[in-house]
Amino acid sequence: MPLEQVFRDEWGRVLASLIGFLGDFDLAEEAAQEAFAIAADRWPREGTPANPRAWLVTTARNRAIDRIRRDRTVAAKTRLLDVPEAMEDDVDETTIPDERLELLFTCCHPALPLDAQVALTLRTLGGLRTEEIARAFLVPDETMAKRLVRAKRKVKAAGIPFRVPPAHLLPDRLAAVLAVVYLIFNEGYGGRGDLAAEAIRLGRALAELMPDEPEVHGLLALMLVTDARRDARFADDTVVLLRDQDRSLWDLDQIAAGRAALDRALALGGRSPYVLQAAIAALHADEPQDWPQLAALYGDLARLTGSPVVELNRAAAVAEAGDVEAALALVESLELDRYHYLHTTRAELLRRLDRVDEARAAYVRALELVHADAERRFLERRLAELPG
Amino acid sequence: MKYMLLIHQGDTPTPQDPEAWARLSEDEQKAVFADYQAVNETPGVTPGAWLQPPEAATTVHVQDGRTLTTDGPFVAVKEALGGYLFFEAVDLDAALELASRIPAARLGGAVEVRPLVEQ
Repeated sequence: MPLEQVFRDEWGRVLASLIGFLGDFDLAEEAAQEAFAIAADRWPREGTPANPRAWLVTTARNRAIDRIRRDRTVAAKTRLLDVPEAMEDDVDETTIPDERLELLFTCCHPALPLDAQVALTLRTLGGLRTEEIARAFLVPDETMAKRLVRAKRKVKAAGIPFRVPPAHLLPDRLAAVLAVVYLIFNEGYGGRGDLAAEAIRLGRALAELMPDEPEVHGLLALMLVTDARRDARFADDTVVLLRDQDRSLWDLDQIAAGRAALDRALALGGRSPYVLQAAIAALHADEPQDWPQLAALYGDLARLTGSPVVELNRAAAVAEAGDVEAALALVESLELDRYHYLHTTRAELLRRLDRVDEARAAYVRALELVHADAERRFLERRLAELPG
Repeated sequence: MKYMLLIHQGDTPTPQDPEAWARLSEDEQKAVFADYQAVNETPGVTPGAWLQPPEAATTVHVQDGRTLTTDGPFVAVKEALGGYLFFEAVDLDAALELASRIPAARLGGAVEVRPLVEQ
Protein backbone atom coordinates (compact mmCIF):
# COMPACT_ATOMS: atom_id res chain seq x y z
CA MET A 1 0.00 0.00 0.00
CA PRO A 2 1.43 3.41 -0.88
CA LEU A 3 2.62 5.38 2.11
CA GLU A 4 0.29 8.28 1.43
CA GLN A 5 -2.69 5.93 1.59
CA VAL A 6 -1.55 4.49 4.91
CA PHE A 7 -1.14 7.99 6.29
CA ARG A 8 -4.55 9.02 5.12
CA ASP A 9 -6.21 5.94 6.59
CA GLU A 10 -4.36 6.15 9.87
CA TRP A 11 -4.29 9.88 10.58
CA GLY A 12 -7.67 10.13 12.31
CA ARG A 13 -7.13 7.10 14.47
CA VAL A 14 -3.59 8.01 15.44
CA LEU A 15 -4.56 11.59 16.25
CA ALA A 16 -7.63 10.52 18.24
CA SER A 17 -5.52 8.21 20.31
CA LEU A 18 -2.97 10.95 20.95
CA ILE A 19 -5.58 13.52 21.94
CA GLY A 20 -7.09 10.97 24.31
CA PHE A 21 -3.66 10.35 25.79
CA LEU A 22 -2.36 13.90 25.89
CA GLY A 23 -5.58 15.84 26.41
CA ASP A 24 -4.35 18.57 24.08
CA PHE A 25 -5.18 19.05 20.40
CA ASP A 26 -2.14 21.09 19.41
CA LEU A 27 0.40 18.93 21.17
CA ALA A 28 -1.22 15.82 19.71
CA GLU A 29 -1.25 17.27 16.21
CA GLU A 30 2.41 18.31 16.36
CA ALA A 31 3.43 14.92 17.69
CA ALA A 32 1.41 13.11 15.03
CA GLN A 33 2.95 15.21 12.28
CA GLU A 34 6.39 14.47 13.63
CA ALA A 35 5.71 10.73 13.75
CA PHE A 36 4.35 10.71 10.18
CA ALA A 37 7.39 12.64 9.00
CA ILE A 38 9.75 10.14 10.64
CA ALA A 39 7.78 7.30 9.05
CA ALA A 40 7.99 8.92 5.63
CA ASP A 41 11.74 9.08 6.02
CA ARG A 42 12.35 5.70 7.62
CA TRP A 43 9.79 3.25 6.26
CA PRO A 44 10.90 3.35 2.61
CA ARG A 45 14.47 2.57 3.73
CA GLU A 46 13.88 0.16 6.59
CA GLY A 47 10.55 -1.32 5.60
CA THR A 48 7.07 -0.70 6.95
CA PRO A 49 6.71 -1.93 10.54
CA ALA A 50 4.52 -4.95 11.21
CA ASN A 51 1.95 -2.74 12.84
CA PRO A 52 2.08 0.72 11.28
CA ARG A 53 -0.64 2.25 13.44
CA ALA A 54 0.88 1.14 16.73
CA TRP A 55 4.28 2.32 15.51
CA LEU A 56 2.90 5.75 14.62
CA VAL A 57 1.05 6.18 17.92
CA THR A 58 4.01 5.03 20.00
CA THR A 59 6.48 7.19 18.12
CA ALA A 60 4.21 10.21 18.43
CA ARG A 61 3.66 9.56 22.14
CA ASN A 62 7.38 9.32 22.73
CA ARG A 63 7.98 12.59 20.86
CA ALA A 64 5.26 14.28 22.87
CA ILE A 65 6.72 12.99 26.13
CA ASP A 66 10.14 14.34 25.10
CA ARG A 67 8.63 17.67 24.33
CA ILE A 68 6.76 17.81 27.63
CA ARG A 69 9.89 16.95 29.58
CA ARG A 70 11.68 19.79 27.88
CA ASP A 71 8.88 22.18 28.71
CA ARG A 72 7.68 21.95 32.27
CA THR A 73 4.96 24.55 31.90
CA VAL A 74 3.29 22.36 29.31
CA ALA A 75 3.73 19.34 31.56
CA ALA A 76 1.66 20.96 34.26
CA LYS A 77 -1.22 21.46 31.86
CA THR A 78 -1.50 18.04 30.29
CA ARG A 79 -2.86 14.85 31.69
CA LEU A 80 0.52 13.32 31.26
CA LEU A 81 2.53 12.36 34.30
CA ASP A 82 5.30 9.82 34.45
CA VAL A 83 4.50 7.60 31.54
CA PRO A 84 7.31 5.23 30.58
CA GLU A 85 8.49 5.44 27.00
CA ALA A 86 7.54 2.39 25.00
CA MET A 87 9.66 0.63 22.44
CA GLU A 88 8.41 1.68 19.06
CA ASP A 89 8.70 -1.64 17.31
CA ASP A 90 7.12 -4.03 19.72
CA VAL A 91 3.90 -2.35 20.70
CA ASP A 92 0.80 -4.47 20.47
CA GLU A 93 -2.03 -2.70 18.72
CA THR A 94 -4.59 -3.98 21.21
CA THR A 95 -3.12 -1.66 23.82
CA ILE A 96 -4.09 1.34 21.71
CA PRO A 97 -7.79 2.10 22.07
CA ASP A 98 -9.76 3.42 19.10
CA GLU A 99 -10.85 6.86 20.25
CA ARG A 100 -12.17 8.24 16.98
CA LEU A 101 -15.71 8.40 18.39
CA GLU A 102 -14.59 10.45 21.38
CA LEU A 103 -12.82 12.78 18.98
CA LEU A 104 -15.83 13.05 16.69
CA PHE A 105 -18.17 13.95 19.55
CA THR A 106 -15.66 16.53 20.77
CA CYS A 107 -15.36 18.12 17.33
CA CYS A 108 -19.14 18.22 16.88
CA HIS A 109 -19.92 19.56 20.36
CA PRO A 110 -22.79 22.09 20.24
CA ALA A 111 -20.65 24.61 22.14
CA LEU A 112 -18.72 25.07 18.87
CA PRO A 113 -20.21 26.94 15.92
CA LEU A 114 -21.30 24.66 13.08
CA ASP A 115 -18.65 25.86 10.61
CA ALA A 116 -15.97 25.15 13.21
CA GLN A 117 -17.42 21.69 13.89
CA VAL A 118 -17.15 20.89 10.21
CA ALA A 119 -13.63 22.27 9.86
CA LEU A 120 -12.34 20.55 12.98
CA THR A 121 -13.86 17.21 11.94
CA LEU A 122 -12.23 17.41 8.52
CA ARG A 123 -8.90 18.47 9.99
CA THR A 124 -8.65 15.95 12.81
CA LEU A 125 -10.51 12.88 11.58
CA GLY A 126 -10.20 13.41 7.86
CA GLY A 127 -6.61 14.58 8.01
CA LEU A 128 -7.32 17.31 5.46
CA ARG A 129 -4.85 20.16 5.47
CA THR A 130 -6.10 23.62 6.41
CA GLU A 131 -5.63 24.81 2.80
CA GLU A 132 -7.69 21.90 1.49
CA ILE A 133 -10.57 22.68 3.86
CA ALA A 134 -10.35 26.38 3.00
CA ARG A 135 -10.56 25.57 -0.71
CA ALA A 136 -13.50 23.22 -0.17
CA PHE A 137 -15.48 25.91 1.63
CA LEU A 138 -14.34 28.74 -0.60
CA VAL A 139 -12.80 30.82 2.16
CA PRO A 140 -9.26 32.24 2.35
CA ASP A 141 -6.65 29.95 3.99
CA GLU A 142 -6.14 32.48 6.74
CA THR A 143 -9.84 32.52 7.63
CA MET A 144 -9.91 28.75 7.88
CA ALA A 145 -6.70 28.67 9.93
CA LYS A 146 -8.21 31.18 12.39
CA ARG A 147 -11.43 29.19 12.56
CA LEU A 148 -9.48 26.05 13.49
CA VAL A 149 -7.30 27.82 16.04
CA ARG A 150 -10.34 29.41 17.68
CA ALA A 151 -12.17 26.10 17.81
CA LYS A 152 -9.24 24.24 19.35
CA ARG A 153 -8.78 27.05 21.84
CA LYS A 154 -12.42 26.83 22.86
CA VAL A 155 -12.28 23.05 23.28
CA LYS A 156 -9.49 23.58 25.77
CA ALA A 157 -10.63 26.77 27.50
CA ALA A 158 -14.27 25.76 27.91
CA GLY A 159 -13.51 22.20 28.99
CA ILE A 160 -15.37 20.43 26.18
CA PRO A 161 -15.10 16.76 27.19
CA PHE A 162 -13.30 14.12 25.12
CA ARG A 163 -15.81 11.31 25.42
CA VAL A 164 -18.82 9.60 23.95
CA PRO A 165 -21.76 11.36 25.63
CA PRO A 166 -23.80 9.47 28.24
CA ALA A 167 -27.15 7.98 27.20
CA HIS A 168 -29.32 10.97 28.13
CA LEU A 169 -27.26 13.31 25.92
CA LEU A 170 -26.54 10.84 23.14
CA PRO A 171 -29.58 11.35 20.86
CA ASP A 172 -28.99 15.11 20.54
CA ARG A 173 -25.24 14.83 20.28
CA LEU A 174 -25.37 12.03 17.73
CA ALA A 175 -27.80 14.11 15.68
CA ALA A 176 -25.20 16.91 15.70
CA VAL A 177 -22.46 14.53 14.54
CA LEU A 178 -24.63 13.17 11.73
CA ALA A 179 -25.59 16.69 10.69
CA VAL A 180 -21.90 17.58 10.33
CA VAL A 181 -21.17 14.46 8.29
CA TYR A 182 -24.17 15.09 6.04
CA LEU A 183 -23.21 18.72 5.59
CA ILE A 184 -19.73 17.62 4.48
CA PHE A 185 -21.35 15.15 2.10
CA ASN A 186 -23.64 17.78 0.57
CA GLU A 187 -20.75 20.17 0.06
CA GLY A 188 -19.08 17.35 -1.83
CA TYR A 189 -22.18 16.40 -3.76
CA GLY A 190 -22.52 20.00 -4.86
CA GLY A 191 -19.36 19.54 -6.88
CA ARG A 192 -16.33 18.91 -4.66
CA GLY A 193 -16.29 15.15 -4.89
CA ASP A 194 -13.42 14.58 -2.48
CA LEU A 195 -15.59 15.89 0.34
CA ALA A 196 -18.36 13.42 -0.48
CA ALA A 197 -15.82 10.60 -0.30
CA GLU A 198 -14.58 11.99 3.00
CA ALA A 199 -18.12 12.08 4.40
CA ILE A 200 -18.67 8.48 3.35
CA ARG A 201 -15.42 7.48 5.08
CA LEU A 202 -16.66 9.16 8.26
CA GLY A 203 -20.04 7.48 7.85
CA ARG A 204 -18.41 4.07 7.46
CA ALA A 205 -16.27 4.63 10.54
CA LEU A 206 -19.35 5.67 12.52
CA ALA A 207 -21.29 2.61 11.38
CA GLU A 208 -18.40 0.43 12.50
CA LEU A 209 -18.09 2.19 15.86
CA MET A 210 -21.81 2.52 16.61
CA PRO A 211 -23.25 -0.61 14.99
CA ASP A 212 -26.55 -0.44 16.89
CA GLU A 213 -27.60 3.09 15.97
CA PRO A 214 -30.17 3.01 13.14
CA GLU A 215 -29.57 6.69 12.32
CA VAL A 216 -25.93 6.03 11.57
CA HIS A 217 -26.73 3.27 9.08
CA GLY A 218 -29.53 5.40 7.60
CA LEU A 219 -27.17 8.27 6.88
CA LEU A 220 -24.50 5.96 5.48
CA ALA A 221 -27.11 4.34 3.21
CA LEU A 222 -28.34 7.72 2.04
CA MET A 223 -24.82 8.88 1.19
CA LEU A 224 -23.83 5.66 -0.55
CA VAL A 225 -26.89 5.45 -2.79
CA THR A 226 -26.87 9.15 -3.62
CA ASP A 227 -23.16 9.23 -4.36
CA ALA A 228 -23.40 6.11 -6.53
CA ARG A 229 -25.33 8.15 -9.10
CA ARG A 230 -22.91 11.04 -9.10
CA ASP A 231 -21.35 10.36 -12.51
CA ALA A 232 -24.77 10.27 -14.15
CA ARG A 233 -26.02 13.53 -12.67
CA PHE A 234 -24.42 15.83 -15.18
CA ALA A 235 -23.92 15.54 -18.91
CA ASP A 236 -22.25 18.32 -20.91
CA ASP A 237 -22.42 20.47 -17.76
CA THR A 238 -26.20 20.17 -17.68
CA VAL A 239 -28.22 18.57 -14.91
CA VAL A 240 -29.71 15.25 -15.98
CA LEU A 241 -33.05 14.30 -14.40
CA LEU A 242 -33.06 11.00 -12.59
CA ARG A 243 -35.36 9.37 -15.14
CA ASP A 244 -33.06 10.41 -18.01
CA GLN A 245 -29.84 9.30 -16.35
CA ASP A 246 -27.57 6.77 -18.01
CA ARG A 247 -27.82 3.90 -15.55
CA SER A 248 -24.64 2.32 -16.84
CA LEU A 249 -22.84 5.20 -15.11
CA TRP A 250 -24.23 4.22 -11.73
CA ASP A 251 -21.94 2.46 -9.28
CA LEU A 252 -24.01 -0.67 -8.68
CA ASP A 253 -21.72 -2.10 -5.99
CA GLN A 254 -22.08 1.08 -4.02
CA ILE A 255 -25.87 1.04 -4.43
CA ALA A 256 -25.85 -2.54 -3.11
CA ALA A 257 -23.73 -1.45 -0.14
CA GLY A 258 -26.21 1.37 0.46
CA ARG A 259 -29.14 -1.04 0.38
CA ALA A 260 -27.40 -3.28 2.90
CA ALA A 261 -26.89 -0.31 5.23
CA LEU A 262 -30.54 0.65 4.74
CA ASP A 263 -31.68 -2.88 5.60
CA ARG A 264 -29.63 -2.69 8.76
CA ALA A 265 -31.16 0.68 9.68
CA LEU A 266 -34.68 -0.63 9.10
CA ALA A 267 -33.98 -3.82 11.04
CA LEU A 268 -32.87 -1.65 13.98
CA GLY A 269 -36.21 0.14 13.84
CA GLY A 270 -34.95 3.32 12.17
CA ARG A 271 -37.69 5.63 10.87
CA SER A 272 -35.81 8.93 11.05
CA PRO A 273 -35.46 11.42 8.19
CA TYR A 274 -32.10 9.93 7.15
CA VAL A 275 -33.58 6.44 6.98
CA LEU A 276 -36.60 7.64 5.02
CA GLN A 277 -34.40 9.60 2.63
CA ALA A 278 -32.20 6.55 2.15
CA ALA A 279 -35.27 4.41 1.45
CA ILE A 280 -36.42 6.99 -1.09
CA ALA A 281 -32.99 7.10 -2.73
CA ALA A 282 -32.93 3.29 -2.90
CA LEU A 283 -36.40 3.17 -4.49
CA HIS A 284 -35.28 5.73 -7.04
CA ALA A 285 -32.52 3.32 -8.03
CA ASP A 286 -35.08 0.63 -8.91
CA GLU A 287 -36.23 0.09 -12.47
CA PRO A 288 -39.13 0.71 -12.86
CA GLN A 289 -39.63 3.01 -9.89
CA ASP A 290 -42.47 2.32 -7.50
CA TRP A 291 -44.01 5.80 -7.60
CA PRO A 292 -46.99 5.20 -5.28
CA GLN A 293 -44.55 3.85 -2.65
CA LEU A 294 -42.25 6.83 -3.22
CA ALA A 295 -45.16 9.26 -2.81
CA ALA A 296 -46.06 7.54 0.48
CA LEU A 297 -42.46 7.77 1.77
CA TYR A 298 -42.25 11.45 0.81
CA GLY A 299 -45.50 11.89 2.74
CA ASP A 300 -43.95 10.27 5.84
CA LEU A 301 -40.87 12.41 5.47
CA ALA A 302 -42.92 15.60 5.06
CA ARG A 303 -44.85 14.80 8.24
CA LEU A 304 -41.58 14.24 10.10
CA THR A 305 -39.80 17.34 8.85
CA GLY A 306 -42.67 19.72 8.05
CA SER A 307 -40.67 20.67 4.98
CA PRO A 308 -42.49 22.15 1.97
CA VAL A 309 -39.54 21.08 -0.18
CA VAL A 310 -40.33 17.46 0.68
CA GLU A 311 -43.98 18.13 -0.21
CA LEU A 312 -42.75 19.35 -3.56
CA ASN A 313 -40.97 16.05 -4.08
CA ARG A 314 -44.12 14.23 -3.04
CA ALA A 315 -46.00 16.15 -5.71
CA ALA A 316 -43.49 14.99 -8.33
CA ALA A 317 -43.96 11.37 -7.19
CA VAL A 318 -47.75 11.73 -7.26
CA ALA A 319 -47.47 12.99 -10.84
CA GLU A 320 -45.23 10.08 -11.84
CA ALA A 321 -47.72 7.71 -10.21
CA GLY A 322 -50.24 9.03 -12.73
CA ASP A 323 -52.21 11.78 -11.05
CA VAL A 324 -50.82 14.95 -12.64
CA GLU A 325 -53.83 17.11 -11.67
CA ALA A 326 -53.49 16.19 -7.98
CA ALA A 327 -49.75 16.85 -8.16
CA LEU A 328 -50.35 20.31 -9.64
CA ALA A 329 -52.89 21.15 -6.92
CA LEU A 330 -50.35 20.09 -4.29
CA VAL A 331 -47.58 22.20 -5.86
CA GLU A 332 -49.85 25.22 -6.02
CA SER A 333 -50.71 24.89 -2.33
CA LEU A 334 -47.04 25.29 -1.28
CA GLU A 335 -45.56 28.57 -0.12
CA LEU A 336 -42.23 28.36 -1.90
CA ASP A 337 -42.42 31.22 -4.36
CA ARG A 338 -38.69 32.01 -4.11
CA TYR A 339 -37.68 28.41 -4.75
CA HIS A 340 -36.88 27.77 -8.40
CA TYR A 341 -37.63 24.03 -8.18
CA LEU A 342 -41.25 24.87 -7.34
CA HIS A 343 -41.60 26.72 -10.63
CA THR A 344 -39.63 24.07 -12.52
CA THR A 345 -41.90 21.34 -11.18
CA ARG A 346 -45.01 23.40 -11.87
CA ALA A 347 -43.82 24.06 -15.41
CA GLU A 348 -43.20 20.35 -16.01
CA LEU A 349 -46.69 19.46 -14.75
CA LEU A 350 -48.39 22.18 -16.80
CA ARG A 351 -46.51 21.02 -19.88
CA ARG A 352 -47.82 17.51 -19.35
CA LEU A 353 -51.35 18.87 -19.07
CA ASP A 354 -50.79 20.73 -22.38
CA ARG A 355 -51.24 24.10 -20.68
CA VAL A 356 -48.35 25.46 -22.74
CA ASP A 357 -48.66 29.19 -22.03
CA GLU A 358 -48.77 28.67 -18.28
CA ALA A 359 -45.85 26.25 -18.53
CA ARG A 360 -43.82 28.86 -20.42
CA ALA A 361 -44.52 31.48 -17.73
CA ALA A 362 -43.47 29.04 -15.02
CA TYR A 363 -40.17 28.18 -16.80
CA VAL A 364 -39.46 31.89 -17.14
CA ARG A 365 -40.10 32.41 -13.43
CA ALA A 366 -37.80 29.49 -12.58
CA LEU A 367 -35.08 30.97 -14.79
CA GLU A 368 -35.33 34.26 -12.88
CA LEU A 369 -34.55 32.43 -9.64
CA VAL A 370 -31.96 29.83 -10.69
CA HIS A 371 -28.26 30.31 -9.92
CA ALA A 372 -26.35 27.22 -11.01
CA ASP A 373 -25.36 27.27 -14.68
CA ALA A 374 -26.05 23.57 -15.22
CA GLU A 375 -29.62 24.07 -14.06
CA ARG A 376 -30.07 27.22 -16.10
CA ARG A 377 -29.06 25.34 -19.25
CA PHE A 378 -31.57 22.63 -18.42
CA LEU A 379 -34.40 25.14 -18.02
CA GLU A 380 -33.50 26.98 -21.23
CA ARG A 381 -33.61 23.72 -23.12
CA ARG A 382 -37.00 22.78 -21.67
CA LEU A 383 -38.37 26.20 -22.50
CA ALA A 384 -37.13 25.92 -26.08
CA GLU A 385 -38.73 22.48 -26.43
CA LEU A 386 -42.24 23.77 -25.67
CA PRO A 387 -44.49 23.68 -28.72
CA GLY A 388 -44.71 27.19 -30.20
CA MET B 1 -12.66 23.28 35.56
CA LYS B 2 -14.25 26.34 37.17
CA TYR B 3 -17.13 28.13 35.52
CA MET B 4 -19.12 31.24 36.19
CA LEU B 5 -22.77 30.93 35.23
CA LEU B 6 -24.23 34.31 34.34
CA ILE B 7 -28.00 34.37 34.58
CA HIS B 8 -29.71 36.76 32.19
CA GLN B 9 -33.29 37.27 33.22
CA GLY B 10 -34.70 38.31 29.85
CA ASP B 11 -38.49 38.10 30.17
CA THR B 12 -38.33 35.83 33.21
CA PRO B 13 -40.91 36.86 35.81
CA THR B 14 -39.35 37.61 39.20
CA PRO B 15 -40.89 38.52 42.58
CA GLN B 16 -39.35 41.98 42.05
CA ASP B 17 -42.01 42.57 39.40
CA PRO B 18 -45.19 41.47 41.22
CA GLU B 19 -47.40 41.83 38.16
CA ALA B 20 -45.29 39.50 36.04
CA TRP B 21 -44.70 37.19 38.98
CA ALA B 22 -48.46 36.85 39.53
CA ARG B 23 -48.79 35.37 36.03
CA LEU B 24 -47.09 32.22 37.30
CA SER B 25 -49.28 29.75 39.13
CA GLU B 26 -48.56 29.10 42.77
CA ASP B 27 -47.03 25.73 41.86
CA GLU B 28 -44.79 27.36 39.28
CA GLN B 29 -43.66 29.97 41.81
CA LYS B 30 -42.85 27.25 44.31
CA ALA B 31 -40.96 25.31 41.65
CA VAL B 32 -38.81 28.36 40.83
CA PHE B 33 -37.75 28.72 44.46
CA ALA B 34 -37.21 24.98 44.87
CA ASP B 35 -35.16 24.78 41.66
CA TYR B 36 -32.91 27.71 42.65
CA GLN B 37 -32.41 26.11 46.02
CA ALA B 38 -31.52 22.76 44.40
CA VAL B 39 -29.08 24.48 42.05
CA ASN B 40 -27.42 26.33 44.93
CA GLU B 41 -27.12 23.11 46.92
CA THR B 42 -25.54 21.18 44.04
CA PRO B 43 -22.04 19.99 45.03
CA GLY B 44 -19.45 22.29 43.44
CA VAL B 45 -21.74 25.34 43.36
CA THR B 46 -20.81 28.58 45.10
CA PRO B 47 -23.97 30.69 44.99
CA GLY B 48 -23.67 34.32 43.95
CA ALA B 49 -25.05 37.34 45.79
CA TRP B 50 -28.66 38.41 45.20
CA LEU B 51 -28.74 41.37 42.77
CA GLN B 52 -31.16 44.29 42.69
CA PRO B 53 -32.97 44.53 39.34
CA PRO B 54 -31.07 46.02 36.36
CA GLU B 55 -33.15 49.21 36.61
CA ALA B 56 -31.19 49.94 39.80
CA ALA B 57 -27.89 49.81 37.91
CA THR B 58 -25.68 52.79 37.03
CA THR B 59 -23.09 52.48 34.29
CA VAL B 60 -19.79 54.35 34.36
CA HIS B 61 -17.66 55.06 31.32
CA VAL B 62 -14.48 57.17 31.33
CA GLN B 63 -13.64 59.05 28.15
CA ASP B 64 -10.70 61.47 27.82
CA GLY B 65 -10.44 61.55 31.60
CA ARG B 66 -14.09 62.52 32.00
CA THR B 67 -16.44 60.22 33.86
CA LEU B 68 -19.74 59.62 32.08
CA THR B 69 -22.48 58.20 34.23
CA THR B 70 -25.66 56.76 32.77
CA ASP B 71 -28.73 55.25 34.29
CA GLY B 72 -29.26 51.54 33.77
CA PRO B 73 -27.11 48.54 32.85
CA PHE B 74 -24.36 48.48 30.17
CA VAL B 75 -26.50 46.31 27.90
CA ALA B 76 -30.26 46.59 27.39
CA VAL B 77 -32.34 45.89 30.51
CA LYS B 78 -33.59 42.61 29.09
CA GLU B 79 -30.03 41.46 28.39
CA ALA B 80 -28.73 42.52 31.78
CA LEU B 81 -27.23 40.21 34.32
CA GLY B 82 -29.82 39.02 36.80
CA GLY B 83 -27.64 36.79 38.92
CA TYR B 84 -24.61 34.54 38.86
CA LEU B 85 -23.01 31.59 40.52
CA PHE B 86 -19.74 29.70 40.39
CA PHE B 87 -19.48 26.02 39.60
CA GLU B 88 -16.56 23.66 39.85
CA ALA B 89 -17.32 20.88 37.35
CA VAL B 90 -15.52 18.03 35.64
CA ASP B 91 -16.24 19.42 32.17
CA LEU B 92 -18.41 21.71 30.09
CA ASP B 93 -21.22 19.17 29.78
CA ALA B 94 -21.70 19.16 33.55
CA ALA B 95 -21.82 22.96 33.58
CA LEU B 96 -24.29 23.04 30.68
CA GLU B 97 -26.48 20.57 32.51
CA LEU B 98 -26.53 22.72 35.64
CA ALA B 99 -27.27 25.79 33.49
CA SER B 100 -30.29 24.05 31.99
CA ARG B 101 -31.69 23.50 35.48
CA ILE B 102 -31.67 27.22 36.33
CA PRO B 103 -35.31 28.41 36.10
CA ALA B 104 -34.47 31.61 34.18
CA ALA B 105 -33.23 29.44 31.29
CA ARG B 106 -36.74 28.05 30.72
CA LEU B 107 -38.78 31.13 31.65
CA GLY B 108 -37.62 33.55 28.96
CA GLY B 109 -34.04 34.21 30.03
CA ALA B 110 -30.74 32.49 29.30
CA VAL B 111 -27.64 31.36 31.13
CA GLU B 112 -24.14 32.07 29.86
CA VAL B 113 -21.52 29.51 30.88
CA ARG B 114 -18.11 31.12 31.14
CA PRO B 115 -14.94 29.21 32.04
CA LEU B 116 -12.63 30.92 34.53
CA VAL B 117 -8.92 31.27 33.86
CA GLU B 118 -7.11 28.49 35.72
CA GLN B 119 -4.83 29.92 38.40
